Amino acid sequence: MKKLISSLLVLALAFACAGCGSKGGDDGADVKSEGVMTYEEYMAAELNSEVVIEAYVQAKQSWWENQATVYAQDKDGAYFLYNMACSEEDYDKLTPGTKIKVTGYKSEWSGEIEITDATFEIGEGNFVAEAEDVTSLLASDELINHQNKFVSFKGLTVEAAGQDESGNDVAFLYNWDGSGQDGDDLYFNVSLDGNTYTFTVESYLCDNTTDVYAAVKGLQIGDTIDMEGFLYWYEGVNPHITSLTVK
Amino acid sequence: MQRLCLIKKYAVVTALMLVCLSVLNGCHGREGLEAFQIPEFFDTSREYEITFWAKNDTNKTQTAIYEKAIEDFQRLYPNITVNLRLYTDYGKIYNDVITNIATATTPNVCITYPDHIATYLTGTNLVVPLDELSADAKFGLGGSEMKFDSPRMEEIIPQFLDECTIDGHHYALPYMRSTEACYINKTYVEKLGYALPDTLTWDFIWEVSEAAMEKDEDGNFKLNGQKVMIPFIYKSTDNMMIQMLRQKHAGYSSEEGEILLFNDTTKELLSDIAAHAKSGAFSTFKISSYPANFLNAGQCLFAIDSTAGATWMGTDAPLSDISEDKLARFETSVMAVPQFEPANPQMISQGPSVCIFNKEEPQEVMASWLFAQYLLSNEVQTAYAQTEGYVPVTIKAQESDEYKDYLSRCGEDNALYYDVKIQAAKLLLKNIDNTFVTPVFVGSASLRDAAGQLIENTVKSVKRGQQVDAAYVEGLYGDISSLYRLDQIGIQNMRVGSQRQELGKLPPTALLLLWSLAAAWVGIIVYAVWSKSRNRQSRS
Repeated sequence: MKKLISSLLVLALAFACAGCGSKGGDDGADVKSEGVMTYEEYMAAELNSEVVIEAYVQAKQSWWENQATVYAQDKDGAYFLYNMACSEEDYDKLTPGTKIKVTGYKSEWSGEIEITDATFEIGEGNFVAEAEDVTSLLASDELINHQNKFVSFKGLTVEAAGQDESGNDVAFLYNWDGSGQDGDDLYFNVSLDGNTYTFTVESYLCDNTTDVYAAVKGLQIGDTIDMEGFLYWYEGVNPHITSLTVK
Repeated sequence: MQRLCLIKKYAVVTALMLVCLSVLNGCHGREGLEAFQIPEFFDTSREYEITFWAKNDTNKTQTAIYEKAIEDFQRLYPNITVNLRLYTDYGKIYNDVITNIATATTPNVCITYPDHIATYLTGTNLVVPLDELSADAKFGLGGSEMKFDSPRMEEIIPQFLDECTIDGHHYALPYMRSTEACYINKTYVEKLGYALPDTLTWDFIWEVSEAAMEKDEDGNFKLNGQKVMIPFIYKSTDNMMIQMLRQKHAGYSSEEGEILLFNDTTKELLSDIAAHAKSGAFSTFKISSYPANFLNAGQCLFAIDSTAGATWMGTDAPLSDISEDKLARFETSVMAVPQFEPANPQMISQGPSVCIFNKEEPQEVMASWLFAQYLLSNEVQTAYAQTEGYVPVTIKAQESDEYKDYLSRCGEDNALYYDVKIQAAKLLLKNIDNTFVTPVFVGSASLRDAAGQLIENTVKSVKRGQQVDAAYVEGLYGDISSLYRLDQIGIQNMRVGSQRQELGKLPPTALLLLWSLAAAWVGIIVYAVWSKSRNRQSRS
C-alpha cells in the first residue's frame, strides 16, 4: 500500500512538474536559447541596435499586410512588437502563451520602447502572465520599468473625460478629444490619490464588440473601478485596457 | 496611439484592388454598373439615405462642422438623410473603399485624394464623372434649382479644380486645401546666432540643424540643456522627396505613369539626408514621433508638417499631446518648406477632395451630388477652413467678409484666432501659384508611398550603423520598387502610354481607306456639280 501511495505521489509530482512546464518552465527566470538576450540585456541594449529576444505572446493588437503588432512578455519583462513581419497564417498561430523568438531593432517612439522591423519564429513552450498589480506605482518613476507588461489597477475613481455638446461632463470620449464615433478608441480619466491619469481602450486591441469597450461606454463619473491591460506608453503612461470591473 | 491608425502601409493595396475590381465586375456583369445618366428632374417625393465618409484631423470642431453641415442640408432637403462615418486617416478610407467595392457597398459621397480615385476608376463606372453634372443648368454648380447658394464652376479656384481632373474629366470637387509649412523655434535659431532668411533653403536648415547638435561635457545639448534634441523632423517623407525632386527639376513620374523616381538626383538627395540622419540632426515622424511634440518640448527647431496641423504647433498651441511640465516657451515662425531655388519656390498642394460613387439608382446619385455641392457652400467652407491651416477652395468663400474678418484677427486669442494657424493659412493663400500636384494614374498612390519609404529606410539604416553608399541605394531601389510593385505599374502604364501614342499614327490600310473615302466624296461632289451644270444648260 505504501508503495502504491508513494508511486501515486511520485506520479502526481511528475504531472505537476509537467503542468508547470507547460506554463513556461520553473518559477525562476526564463532560460534563453543560444544567442538570445535576457530581458535585462534587452533593456541595456542601445536604441537602434539589433536585438534577439524570446517571449510569449500575451495579446495581438492588429495584423495588416503581413505585419503584426503584438504584446509579448517573459517572466522578467514585456515587449511591444510593432509591425512585425507575419503572414496571416502565422498570425492565427499567435495565440496567448505562444512562445516566439524575435529578431528586430530596439526602437523608441514617443517614449514607447518597442521592437521594429522584426521577424519571428514560433518555439516550444507556453506562458500566460498574471496581471501584475501596479496601482501603487502609478505616480512613481518606477512605473516605466513595467512598460508593456500585463498589469492591473485597483480602486481607481472615474473622472470627467470632457464635455458633450450641451456642456455636460461625460465619463469617456471617442478619440482623445471626442472627435470620433462608436468603433474608435475610447479615452477616459481615472484618479488615485489626487492624481489623474488617462486610460484608453485601443480599438484595434479591443474593438466595439468586446466587453471592455461596452464597460467603458457604461461608466459613470465617480465609479470606482478595477482594470487590467497593457502598460503602453505615449508621452507618458497610457494603459491599453482589456478588462474593467465597476465595484 | 494615433500612430497605430496613421502608419498603415498600403503597399500592395493597388494589386489587391485590381483583384477586387475584377470580382466586382464579375458580380455586376462584365460591364459593371451602368454609366450614370442625369435624370430629367430630382424626385423630391422620394426618401433617400446616403452615406458620407469623411476625414477629420482628430479635431472635435471639424466633427461638429460636418454634423452641422448635414443638419443644415437635411433641413433644406428633408427627403435626404446623410449618415456620417468619420475617419482620421486617408489611407484607411482608401482601404475601406476598396473593401466595399467588392461588396458593392461603397459610400455615396467620400472624402478622398485623386491618387485614390485613379485606382477606383479601374472599376467600370464606379466613380461618377462630374463634368456634365457640374454644367447642368438646374442642378449643376450654381444651378437654378439648387436650394442653397451653390458656387459656380468659375468660382472654384482653378488650380484646385484642375487637381481633380483625371484623363480630362473631373472626378471630384476640391473640399479643402493645405500645403506643408515649416514651424520654426525662432528663439533657438537666433540663440545659435542665425537669422531666418526671407525664404528658407535646404542649406540653411541643414547648417542650423547641425549647429544645434553641440553637447556639453555632461552630454546635454547646449541649446536646450536636455538629453533630447532632433533639430529637424519631417512628418510626411513622401512629400519631402516629391518636393525636393520637383525643386531640383528631377524625375518622379511622367503624366502617363512612367516611374522616374529611381534616378541619380534621388540618390544624391538620399546621400545628403543620410549624412544628417547620421549626426542625429534629422529624423522623421515614423521613426521618432510627431514633430509637434518635439517642437513644443524645445527639442526641435524645424518641424515640417501640414498647414492642417498648425493647431498643434507652438508654445500656445490649442492642441497638444505633451504635458504642461514638458512645454517649452519660444517664439514660433511659420515659413514655406525649404527650397533649392528661392526665386522659384515650389510646394505641394494637398488636402481633401470629395467624390461621388455611382449607384444603380440615378436619383440616389443626384442626392449625393446635391450634398457634395453643399460642402462647397460658404457656410461649410469658411467654418471648416477655420479649424486648421486650411484655405477654402472657392473664390466666393475666400472673399467673403466672414473669412476676411477671420484672417484679419490673427493672434487675437489662442483658439479660433491662433496666430500660427492663421499664418499657415496665409502662407498657402500667398503661394497658391507656387503649388503643384503630382501626376495621377493607377499606382500613383503606391509611388507616393515608395518615395517616402526611400527616406524612411535610409534614415533607419543610418541610425542602425549600416553603410549608406551607392550600392546601398541601388539595393534600396530594387527593394522598394519590388515592395510597391512599381516595376509592374510602370510597365503597365508605359504600355497604356505607348498604346495611346499608337492611336495617333494610323496604319497604312486605314490611311488608304480614308483617302479612298475622301476621293469618293470628291468624285461625288464633282459629278453633282457637273450634273447640275448640264441641267441648267439644257433648260436654257
